[in-house]
Amino acid sequence: MNTTFRALMGACALAALATGATSETITVATVNNGDMIRMQGLMDDFYAKHPDIEVEWVTLEENVLRQRVTQDVATKGGQFDVMTIGTYEVPIWGERGWLVSLNDLPESYDVDDLLPAIREGLTVDGELYAAPFYGESSMVMYRTDLMEKAGLEMPDAPTWTFIKEAAAAMTDKDNEVYGICLRGKAGWGENMAFLSAMANSYGAKWFDMDWKPQFDSEAWANTLNDYLELMNNYGPPGASGNGFNENLALFQTGKCGMWIDATVAASFVTNPNDSQVADSVGFAQAPDNGLGPRGNWLWAWNLGIPAGTQKVDAAKAFVEWATSKDYTALVASKEGWANVPPGTRQSLYENPEYQSVPFAKMTLESILSADPKNPTVDEVPYVGVQFVAIPEFQGIGTAVGQQFSAALAGQMSAEQALDNAQKLTEREMMKAGYIK
Amino acid sequence: MARSVSTRRKLITTLAAWAIGIAIFFPILWTILTSFKTEAAAIADPPVWFNFHWTLDNYVTVQERSNYFRHFMNSVIISGGSTLLGLIIAVPAAWSMAFVPAKRTKDVLMWMLSTKMLPPVGVLVPIYLLFRDLGLLDTRIGLVIVLTLINLPIIVWMLYTYFKEIPGEILEAARMDGASLRSEIIHVLTPMAIPGMASTVLLNIILAWNEAFWTLNLTAAKAAPLTAFIASYSSPEGLFYAKLSAASTMAIAPILIMGWFSQKQLVRGLTFGAVK
Amino acid sequence: MATKHSRMSARLMISPAVLLLLGWMLIPLSMTLYFSFLRYNLLMPGMEEFTGLTNYRYFLTDPAFFAALWNTIALVVGVLVVTVIGGILLALLLDQPFFGQGIVRILVIAPFFVMPTVSALVWKNMFMNPVNGLFAHAAKALGLQPFDFLSAAPLGSIIGIVSWQWLPFATLILLTALQSLDQEQLEAAEMDGAPWIKRFFYIMLPHLARAITVVILIQTIFLLSVFAEILVTTNGGPGTASTNLTYLIYMQSLLQFDVGGGSAGGVVAIILANIVAIFLMRMIGKNLDA
Repeated sequence: MNTTFRALMGACALAALATGATSETITVATVNNGDMIRMQGLMDDFYAKHPDIEVEWVTLEENVLRQRVTQDVATKGGQFDVMTIGTYEVPIWGERGWLVSLNDLPESYDVDDLLPAIREGLTVDGELYAAPFYGESSMVMYRTDLMEKAGLEMPDAPTWTFIKEAAAAMTDKDNEVYGICLRGKAGWGENMAFLSAMANSYGAKWFDMDWKPQFDSEAWANTLNDYLELMNNYGPPGASGNGFNENLALFQTGKCGMWIDATVAASFVTNPNDSQVADSVGFAQAPDNGLGPRGNWLWAWNLGIPAGTQKVDAAKAFVEWATSKDYTALVASKEGWANVPPGTRQSLYENPEYQSVPFAKMTLESILSADPKNPTVDEVPYVGVQFVAIPEFQGIGTAVGQQFSAALAGQMSAEQALDNAQKLTEREMMKAGYIK
Repeated sequence: MARSVSTRRKLITTLAAWAIGIAIFFPILWTILTSFKTEAAAIADPPVWFNFHWTLDNYVTVQERSNYFRHFMNSVIISGGSTLLGLIIAVPAAWSMAFVPAKRTKDVLMWMLSTKMLPPVGVLVPIYLLFRDLGLLDTRIGLVIVLTLINLPIIVWMLYTYFKEIPGEILEAARMDGASLRSEIIHVLTPMAIPGMASTVLLNIILAWNEAFWTLNLTAAKAAPLTAFIASYSSPEGLFYAKLSAASTMAIAPILIMGWFSQKQLVRGLTFGAVK
Repeated sequence: MATKHSRMSARLMISPAVLLLLGWMLIPLSMTLYFSFLRYNLLMPGMEEFTGLTNYRYFLTDPAFFAALWNTIALVVGVLVVTVIGGILLALLLDQPFFGQGIVRILVIAPFFVMPTVSALVWKNMFMNPVNGLFAHAAKALGLQPFDFLSAAPLGSIIGIVSWQWLPFATLILLTALQSLDQEQLEAAEMDGAPWIKRFFYIMLPHLARAITVVILIQTIFLLSVFAEILVTTNGGPGTASTNLTYLIYMQSLLQFDVGGGSAGGVVAIILANIVAIFLMRMIGKNLDA
C-alpha cells in the first residue's frame, strides 16, 4: 500500500512540476458574464502577442467570485494574479493598498480615452487601480411589437407612471407575456442595485448625513409599494428568484414586455443567435419621477491586480490587452460591433460604425446621466448610485435585499420589510460604529 | 423453504418497482437527454422526449470553455488520494478498536464521529489562513489532506463495524501460530475484511468526489476538481439548460458509471453494523 | 485476553487517527474561538480589537438566528422523515421478487452518486423553474397555474431535493437489513394467520430498528451542514425562509467578511451540533450495543 501511495504522491509532484514549468502562468478570476466568456474564446490573439504568458481561467458566478477574490485579497492568499472586480470594490481595496497601481500603462493604452465617470470611480488619490473591461448603466429595454400592439409609444425618457401604464397594457398572462421583468433575487448587486437606483428617483436615500438609515421614510415606502405593485400584477412568476441572468433568459424567450436592467444586456437581447426577439427591441432611459435623478445606476467590471502577486508584469500585459482599443477592434472583427464590450471608452462612441448600433446612444446617455457623487435628491454622506461605498455595505445590502425579496415573494408586507430593513441596518451601523 | 409467489403478484410488483425506479432516476435521465438538445428544444413546451435533433454541440461548447480533462484528473487524484490516505490511517485505528477494546473505545469512536458535525463554514477562515501560510492553497495535496480528515471518522467507523464481526478466535489462532501483529493484519484480517474495505473505499470516493465546499474554497485553477468546473455554470447566461445539462452530465458521469459497476461491492458493505 | 503488549500497540495504532482528528478539530477551533472575541472584518485590516462578547450578543439576538435554528431542525427532521419512511416502503417493495431487480436497483441508487451542486442546479432550473421548468410545463398541460416552488415553499423544495439525494442511501441500508430477516419466522407468522400489517409492525420493524438508527445517525451528520443545495437554489431566501445555521454563518463570515461575527456563529453552531451529537450518540450507543 505504501508504494502505491508514494507513487501517487510522485505523480502529484510531477504534475505540479509540469504545470509550473512554463515561464509565466497567470490565474485570472472572472465572472461568468457573456463578455467574459467571449474573451476566453479570443485568447489566441493574446498568446500570439505574448507567447511567454499562459492564462488560467477561474470562471465563477458573481456572488461566489466576489467572495473568493475578496477573501483571497484580504488574507493575501495569492491565488489570483488578475481579478475581475466591480466599481464598488476598487476604491475600498485601492485605499487599503491591496491593488497594484496602473498609472504606468503605456502611452498606446490612451488612458485619457476612458469615460471620465467610469475612470473617476476607479481612481483613488490620483492612482488608477483597475482597468475597466466594460461599463454599464441601466435603461429600459422593451418589445417594440408589444408596445405597438398595446397602442402606446415609449418616450426616450419615460416616467414611472408611464411604465406602470405600459406594463398593464402589455401583460398577457395567458400567453406568458409579462409586462415587466425586474430583479427580485436578494443581493446587494442584484435586487438592491435596482431598488436603490429606483429609490433615488423617488427621492429616497440609504442614509442621512448622520448615517441614520432612512427606510422609515415615505419615499422608501412609495418606492417599495410601487415596485411590488408592478411585479405582483405584471411580473413573471418566481420573480423573487430572478437576477440579471434569469431575467435575460426570460426576455430573450419573449416572456417580458419591458425589462429595466444593465445596458450591457442590450447586445444580448438584440443578438439573433441567442434571442428570439432580437429584431423587436427598443431602448429608453431609466424612468424618473420628475425629481431630478433617474432610476439608473453606474457600474463597471474591471480588471485589477492584487498587490501580493509575483507576476505583476505578466498580469499588466494581460490587463492592458483585455481592456485596450485593439481588443475592442478584435471583437468587432470577429463578432460584429454590437458585441464589443461597451461603456468604457469615448473613442468607441465616436466611432461611426458603432454609432449605427441601435443601443449605443442610449447606453452612453445613461452612463453620462449617472452621478455617483450626487446620487440622490438630498445630500448624502456616501458615494455610489446603487450602492454605498463602505465595506459594511455588502452585508447590509444583502440582508436588506433578503427582506425586500421576501416581500416580493409575499411572505411579509412592504411595511414589515421596511421596518425589518430599518432595524437591521441600524443594528449593523451601530455595530460598525457609524452611529454612536 | 422458498417463497412461492404467484406470477400475477410478481408482475404487479415488477410494474410498481420499475415505475418507482424510473421516477427516481428521471431527473438524471432528463439531464442526459437535455444535454443532447439544442437550447431551444431544451425549454420546448410541450417537452420533447426523443424525437429532437440530437447534437453534441453543447459538449463541444463546454469543453471549449473549460478544461474538462484537468478538472476530471484533479477529481480522480483528490478523491483517490484522500481515500487511500484515509485507509492507511484508519485501518490500524479500527483494528485496535475492534480487537483490543479499551474502556474508552466507544467514546473515542463517538467523539470522532462528532467532529464531522462541525460546520465547515465556521472554520473556513482559520483553515484558509493556515493553508496560505503552509503554501497549500490550490494544491491537490492540500485537498487530499482536508478530505481525508473530513471523511476519516466515517472510514474508521465503517471499518470498525466490519472488523468487529470477524470472530476473535481466528486471530487468537493466528497468534498461537506466532504471527506478528503486522502479519496478523496483513494475512489474516485483511482478506476477511476485503468486502468491507471495498465498500468503504467506494463510499469514500463518492463522498470525496462530491464534496463541494472545501474543494471550491481552497482551490483556484490548478487543483480545482469537477465541483469547481460545475460552479462556473451555476447561473444562466441567456438560454443555458442544454449547456448546463452537458456540464452536469460530464461532472457526474464518471462517478455514476463507477458506482453502477461496483454497486454490488458498495451495497454489500454499506451496513454500518446495521445488520447482525 | 489482550496482552499488555498488544494493548500498547493498539494504542499506537489508534493514535495517528486520534491525533490528526484532534488537530483538525482543535487548531481551527481555537482560532475560531479567538476570532470570535475580536472585532475582525476582513475588509478592515489593522482594526482588530478585543470586543469581549459583542459578537455573541449580536449573533444571538439576530432575528435571523432563530429562523435559521428552526430551519435547520425542520430541514434535518423533514429529510429524515421522508427518507426513512420512503426508504422502508421502497425496501419492502424491492425485497419482493420481480423482473429486472438488478436494473431497478441501479436506477434507485443513482441519485446518491450525483454531486449536490449538480442535483440542486438541475432541480432548480429544469424542474422547479416556474416558467421553463418541467413541473410548470406539466401544470400548464393540466390547465393548472404553475407552482413557484422556490419562492412559495423554499424550505419544502429544498427538503425535497435533499431527500431525493439521500433516499437511495436509506433504501439500501434498510433493504440489506430486511434481506437478513429470518424468512422462516415471517412464514410461520403468515401461516398463523397474522395479517400483513401485524407482521410488519411486530416482526419487520423491530428487526429494522438498528438500520433505522444508523440511517438517522449518518444522515444527520450530513444534513446538519447542508449548504450547496441552499446556495444554489434560494440563497437562503426569500427573506430567511430557507437559511439554515450553516448558511447564516456563511453569510456572516464570507458575504459580509465579518470574521468575528461569523466565528461567534461558528462557535454557537459547534455547541449546538455537539448537543445533537451527544443525544444521537446516546441513542445509537444503546441500539448498537444490543
